[in-house]
Amino acid sequence: MSGIWVVVEERDGRVSRISWEAVAAGLRLGALTGLSVNAAVPGAQTETLAGEVAARALGKVVRVEHPLLAVYTADGFTLALQQFFEAERPDYVVFPHSYQVRDYAPALAARLGETLIGDVTSIGDGPVFARQLMQGRLNGFYRHTGSGPCFVSVQAGAIRAEAAEAGAAEVSVFSPTIEAAQIRTRPGERFRGSAQTVDLGSAQRIVSVGRGIKDAANLPMIQELATALNAEMGASRPICDNGWLPMERQIGSSGQTVAPTLYLAVGISGAIQHLVGMKGSQCVAAINKDPDAPIFEAADYGIAGDLFEVVPALTEAVRAAKL
Amino acid sequence: MKIIVAIKQVPERDAQLRIDAAGEWIEETGLQFALNESDAYALEEALQLKEKHGGEVVALSAGPERVGSTIREALAKGADRGIHINCADLGARDALGVAKLLAEAVKPENPDLVLTGLQSDDLGQGQTGVILAELLGLPHASLILHVEKTETGLAVKRELEEGWFQSIELATPAVLTIQSGGSKLRYATLMGIKRAKTKEVRTLTAAELPAGSTKVAVLERVALPSKQKSTQMLTGTAKEAAAALVEKLKFEAKVL
Repeated sequence: MSGIWVVVEERDGRVSRISWEAVAAGLRLGALTGLSVNAAVPGAQTETLAGEVAARALGKVVRVEHPLLAVYTADGFTLALQQFFEAERPDYVVFPHSYQVRDYAPALAARLGETLIGDVTSIGDGPVFARQLMQGRLNGFYRHTGSGPCFVSVQAGAIRAEAAEAGAAEVSVFSPTIEAAQIRTRPGERFRGSAQTVDLGSAQRIVSVGRGIKDAANLPMIQELATALNAEMGASRPICDNGWLPMERQIGSSGQTVAPTLYLAVGISGAIQHLVGMKGSQCVAAINKDPDAPIFEAADYGIAGDLFEVVPALTEAVRAAKL
Repeated sequence: MKIIVAIKQVPERDAQLRIDAAGEWIEETGLQFALNESDAYALEEALQLKEKHGGEVVALSAGPERVGSTIREALAKGADRGIHINCADLGARDALGVAKLLAEAVKPENPDLVLTGLQSDDLGQGQTGVILAELLGLPHASLILHVEKTETGLAVKRELEEGWFQSIELATPAVLTIQSGGSKLRYATLMGIKRAKTKEVRTLTAAELPAGSTKVAVLERVALPSKQKSTQMLTGTAKEAAAALVEKLKFEAKVL
């Protein structure tokens, strides 16, 4: 067995932020187990990326390189990393929990008779891996019992990517064998859904609405509060899925990322997919009928109550304060 | 086109959660259960494909007796028949174990397409569809919002992060995991509910499927999250709480 391997991803030509968080998770695991921490960089041209990783104090950095990995496909990445890890026999493989990893890591693990412990938020003695259940309302603690590598992916923003110590890791190249015919999907270019006319990213105040609003007919009440606060309206995914507000107002992992000075969450339970889009807010207030809703974990101020009573009262209080 | 939709029954979104005596899962007695949200969108996509191109939609679900009601719900919405893998210990199986059960039930059906939601609202692992594709030896695409049949197979719209999308083409048979929000969900009609009662639901038991139950990952215990940020809860009547919030935002947080 060959220790811990972190699979690093690229974003705009650089190592992605969440990949550094995966490196930090790998180092944490290394501290717990005493195993060496290494990095694998899959792609077609990985020299720059591997160089960036190798400037840290890691054991080894391997460029898993093949021309057919130029464009991401689940088949290409699964095959390449399967061959690499079958040769390397790692104890642990750590991924960033990106949309790309979600698309292939479960298949890669299954191919090696294993399963991914995905979306991990912390790693404790054991090692025991914590992840969220029930949309963030419950934590679960997992232990690996398989005989092969333990595959783990870490949630974005959960583990701080403290700059790993500087170093000079040895870089080598692994060349997997991939035939074009083994890649069964043909990915097209990336595109934007629609021209974005609302830039919530620069909004100073946002009133965001979720499932608790129950019906589109109740939205004017939220709009009134937003107007009183001179705030933009945002929404959690289900509101936009239902077509009650346009997609461009969606905040979360699949929508916009915002960082206003005031974020007021109304009737939003606070699933992680939403929280990642707003946790950069300076001050968060939340109104929700469930006092145990995860949104309160992320809030500075909370009101556990019926939004249909609290929102009109709040609008009135804001107007009275002549803000 | 023959389409199998793998669906899961999960605790209702607003259900009050209590941890069971062993601390290993939540207390299920008294819980209300519902069809997993993204699976509902997978079912909708399947029904729309059938309406356009003909064929059959089969609703497949694994779990204890109570799962039968969720299969009936799918039949009431328009699925043609159901397969229930009766399995009392679903929660004790890991993602690979569950996918193995489903794969064994899918294989003899030889479908053109297998759809499932991108993740369950309870365990949220988001792996079942991708592992299922691997076990069946089929190509897959995940986080799909829209499916179109082409002459050679399928053209699908995949969601990426931060408002980006991508089109992907792949041949059938294939497995797709469906993201919520791609289309509007239908309700079951009274006629649909009536018809569902006469539709076939075949029951298989987990024991008769050659899937095994060896685990490679174990959920050892569960716990309610501890507060990481000190949240000030404002109490009183709606009016009092609202006034207190404005005070706090203005004078303490100074964001108004």
